[in-house]
Amino acid sequence: MDNDFAKPLPRPTPTSQPFWDGLAANKIMIQHCLDCATWVFYPRSRCSSCLSDNLEWREVTGDAVLYTFTLTRQPTAPHFADEVPQKLAVVELAEGVRMTSTLVNIDEADVRVGIKLKPVFAKRDGVTLLLFEPI
Amino acid sequence: MGLRGDAAVVGFAEYKHERKYSGPRKFTIEQWADLAQMALADAGLEASDINGIVCSDIRESGMFMPATIAEYLGQPVNFAERVDLGGANAVGMIWRAAAAIELGVCDVVVCALPARPIPSNPQPQPVNPMRYFGASSMNWGSPQAEFEVPYGNLAQNCGYAMIAQRYAADYGYDAAAMAKLVVDQRRSAALNPNAAFYGQPIEIEDVLGSKLIADPLRMLEIVMPVAGGGAVVVASREIAAKCSRRPVFVTGFGEHLTIKTPTYAEDACFTPVGPASQQAFEMAGVTPGNVDAAQIYDCYTITVLLTLEDAGFCDKGEGMQFITEHDLTFSGDFPMNTHGGQLGMGQAGAAGGMTQTIEAVRQIMGRAAERQLGTCDTVYISGTGGVMSEQSALLLQGG
Ligand SMILES: [Zn+2]
Repeated sequence: MDNDFAKPLPRPTPTSQPFWDGLAANKIMIQHCLDCATWVFYPRSRCSSCLSDNLEWREVTGDAVLYTFTLTRQPTAPHFADEVPQKLAVVELAEGVRMTSTLVNIDEADVRVGIKLKPVFAKRDGVTLLLFEPI
Repeated sequence: MGLRGDAAVVGFAEYKHERKYSGPRKFTIEQWADLAQMALADAGLEASDINGIVCSDIRESGMFMPATIAEYLGQPVNFAERVDLGGANAVGMIWRAAAAIELGVCDVVVCALPARPIPSNPQPQPVNPMRYFGASSMNWGSPQAEFEVPYGNLAQNCGYAMIAQRYAADYGYDAAAMAKLVVDQRRSAALNPNAAFYGQPIEIEDVLGSKLIADPLRMLEIVMPVAGGGAVVVASREIAAKCSRRPVFVTGFGEHLTIKTPTYAEDACFTPVGPASQQAFEMAGVTPGNVDAAQIYDCYTITVLLTLEDAGFCDKGEGMQFITEHDLTFSGDFPMNTHGGQLGMGQAGAAGGMTQTIEAVRQIMGRAAERQLGTCDTVYISGTGGVMSEQSALLLQGG
């Protein structure tokens, strides 16, 4: 593949580094607000409910359900041409936070809103992505 | 709270929407000047009457755009705004212009959204592979760069498709109803000489047989990119009285922003156009039941479905049935997107929403020719930016 279309990878920030460090160690770390008990995702410097900076990283199981999805019949960018149909997913963790991900190890016909999912720690070049597969 | 209804759209200009533009190429700023001149002439006003401008991005400048435009037009202004609401730009521009006019700081405001191709640069520029990521920023520290793009969640199709899938799970899905929406709009577009699909009606089977792009969305449920653009002139009641056209008063508006990426929406099936529309209707003292037409932002079929429901034209979960039971063409019992919508006009980038506004004005002024509604005094308009993340609503009423 043309190197211009190498897959874009996340670049951790000082705020999000614990999340990516967690994935590298096969753990899911999510911020929890100690003032209002909100689970915060994606990582932020302040709570997405009360704007407190009193946030604590907590490990969660990664038990999740599929909130919604699409199967792409043409790539969303040339960088993903080898993945078509991309199984793009919005995943809801047991804690209630939602995140964007990709489904793996599942047939197209089995992808349905509400199915139960578990995490897959996908090692990439220097970073670990959080994918999901059916239980 | 809100507008008194003392500002009116008094003129407009619209480029023909074309899939392949072959006319002379001009820079965005030159197109801005062309559209401004045409819209002013349409209203019976002169360049020197301008004392406000509202713009969005221009290709030639990365910042200080309103000043650049004021200088280029040679017209000093008391009010200048750059609006960054994507497809909600047109509605966002017009209410800001009306609000500034009611404040008394200006009385003739040009709002323009040019979207024709610019001249090819004789010095070839390197292609930036990031351009494929569209409205998803790849800058370090951007939430999209970190949590969306690496998973491939970028551009528009997949976001709208995921909203549609969730809708299907919660309320059911009738692909034929969505196809009918496109067919009805294409019937109106077939009579609109400014539409890319002028003279090209289609059938439900054409939509259902078009290529799947991102389940459940098919190609003919997605706008086609075209060259185009448009402008309107908003003026005070006093100026409007001297203009040549029936004034189209801005009587209500709403705007609501929640998220950038629908992953983080509280409920993907309840969209910001709901609160925006409620505010607009209340401000104008109008209900969804007594508008003469609705010009609903239609980047995708799912956008229209959710707007029909969230704006209150029907209940949540009943949009597909509503579409099936009503004739949505200009000659139907629920005239909607009587210009063909963007599904029929083609989408000229972020100028797409201007077509909805211009058609509302055209109908109220009585200038819609073959598509003219018998009575048209009150029109609802919506605008949608991002992936149903920034939305606006407008009520326009004839004077
Ligand atoms: Zn909090």
